[in-house]
Amino acid sequence: MIERTPILNIATHAILVFGLLFLLLPMYLVIVAASHSLQDVVAVPPNLLPGDQLWINLQAAWAKGHLGERFVTTFVVAIGVMTGKIVLSCITAFGIVFFDHRLKMPIFWLIFITLMLPLEVRIVPTYAVAANAFLPFQTLLDLSGITWVINALSGVEVKLEWNLLNSYAGLIMPLVATATGTFLYRQFFLTIPEELVEAAKMDGAGPLRFLWDVLIPLSRTNIAALATIMFVYAWNQYLWPLLVVTDQSYAMIAVELSRLVPKFSATGGEVPKWHIAMAGTLIVMLPPIVVVVAMQRWFVRGLINTDK
Amino acid sequence: MRRAYFKNNWVAALMVAPQLIIVFTFFYFPTSQALYWAFTLEQPWGGGNTWVGFDNFAAILGDAYYWDSIWVSIVYAIGSTALSVIMALTLAIFADRQLAGYKLYRVGMIWPYAIAAPAVGLAFRFIFTPGAGLMMFINQMFPDLWNPVDNGTQAMGMVIVAGAWKQVAYNFIFFLAGLQSIPRSLIEAGAMDGARVLRRMRDIQLPLLAPTFFFVLVINITDSFTDSFGIVDTMTAGGPSRATNLMVYKIFNDGFQGLDYSGAAAQSIILMLLVIALTFVQFRYIERKVHYT
Repeated sequence: MIERTPILNIATHAILVFGLLFLLLPMYLVIVAASHSLQDVVAVPPNLLPGDQLWINLQAAWAKGHLGERFVTTFVVAIGVMTGKIVLSCITAFGIVFFDHRLKMPIFWLIFITLMLPLEVRIVPTYAVAANAFLPFQTLLDLSGITWVINALSGVEVKLEWNLLNSYAGLIMPLVATATGTFLYRQFFLTIPEELVEAAKMDGAGPLRFLWDVLIPLSRTNIAALATIMFVYAWNQYLWPLLVVTDQSYAMIAVELSRLVPKFSATGGEVPKWHIAMAGTLIVMLPPIVVVVAMQRWFVRGLINTDK
Repeated sequence: MRRAYFKNNWVAALMVAPQLIIVFTFFYFPTSQALYWAFTLEQPWGGGNTWVGFDNFAAILGDAYYWDSIWVSIVYAIGSTALSVIMALTLAIFADRQLAGYKLYRVGMIWPYAIAAPAVGLAFRFIFTPGAGLMMFINQMFPDLWNPVDNGTQAMGMVIVAGAWKQVAYNFIFFLAGLQSIPRSLIEAGAMDGARVLRRMRDIQLPLLAPTFFFVLVINITDSFTDSFGIVDTMTAGGPSRATNLMVYKIFNDGFQGLDYSGAAAQSIILMLLVIALTFVQFRYIERKVHYT
């Protein structure tokens, strides 16, 4: 808008700078704490300028939290959730949008409803499923009497068991079981003009050919958007890995981070090693920040389209 | 409605099947299992669950600690939502003026979204700890002014600030997108009629932002009920004396530390109903009431 508002402009900048400070200040204090020795961190008056111990503390945190191994695990899970989500939601939305069958809408709703209840709310029973991923099917067989029939006919007792605790599958699959991506893909597929489908059919392309050669190249932006969100989402998982993993070789990084400091309690105990913990915090938060800042455009787009 | 379709329905079935299987295994089955546990009680000597009707719910609703937990969750929901929504809205509406430095401001407001809840929790726990840094300094000047380890209100305050801080970025993104989808011509028309910047914000942009505002409001409240685990666990572990024992945290504690699956399941069901009710409000009520275009 072309109008001169010098005072308001100054006020605008003041408000925005104040907001930036509120958001950046905690980060700055973390960096300051991570760059001093413990004595300096708990000194009075507090140090408000970064010290020279940053590299040493980072190394200490890296070694103490076994962050190298945790990085690998977390990376595998993040990539797994990302690809799983992209592939699954792409083909599901494809199956819902480009075919004409009566179950279309029921299936869509069946998947859409999963948006309502996040994993945290159903955490206790989901854990039971992770302990035996075939439990749902076993229950179905038991309830329908098939177990009994098979047992009576052949004397074999059907006992399906697949333990997902302490495994990548157990970390990844429950995180994939929501509708976020499916919804995003459906919205996108609905904007594909019919002529494209007809042209493809005229040229003799089957559905899979159409998916591979037309839809996937067209949905590159979608893939980028979903990939960024899912990477950040998976990298930052805390509650689920805390439960599913007891074997430390599968521990994820956010869980490990929380172990750098003893739990909050009134009894006191030792002074937490704040300098190490803050260095660890820096290391853990870095990869998702890089992804979000570098992929800002797709990230914002994906976020707005998946949630709305 | 679209008319051009592929005919091979078996391909469609193949495409949809994996997602359906996963959703059944990790969503529908656990949810129904929660219902089953909520209405049954596991026998201490083994031998399966017995049907107890609403006993588990009665036990929970008769438990003063549970009501405390609900109260604490509401305080947290209102506190963190109000703080982050007001902050994000102010920042978004001024950032949307797109003065010099707009892009820088935007990145600066968005990046906190990337940070894991436990990392936010740890950072704020350090910042607010009376044992180091700024707070220790303040405590030396005014002895015993700040001690969240003993003082439940202060502990709640620091959890709220951390939760709100984490949420500002998300809300900012939605508000900014909402503001940018307002047709430019409306604002220009306002300017032609002599409305200055602040007047246009008040009379054009804010009212047109109402749907986004309510959407963000409901999402924030829902998130504060479900997504607060990481922050509470790293900052206060529900303490001191259950002052920050949010519902999600209590479910986790009762279920996995106390091994009371039936109690935890009943609590899960109540929380589920709450979340479903909020989602329902979001879909039905708000989208109809607030409609300006």
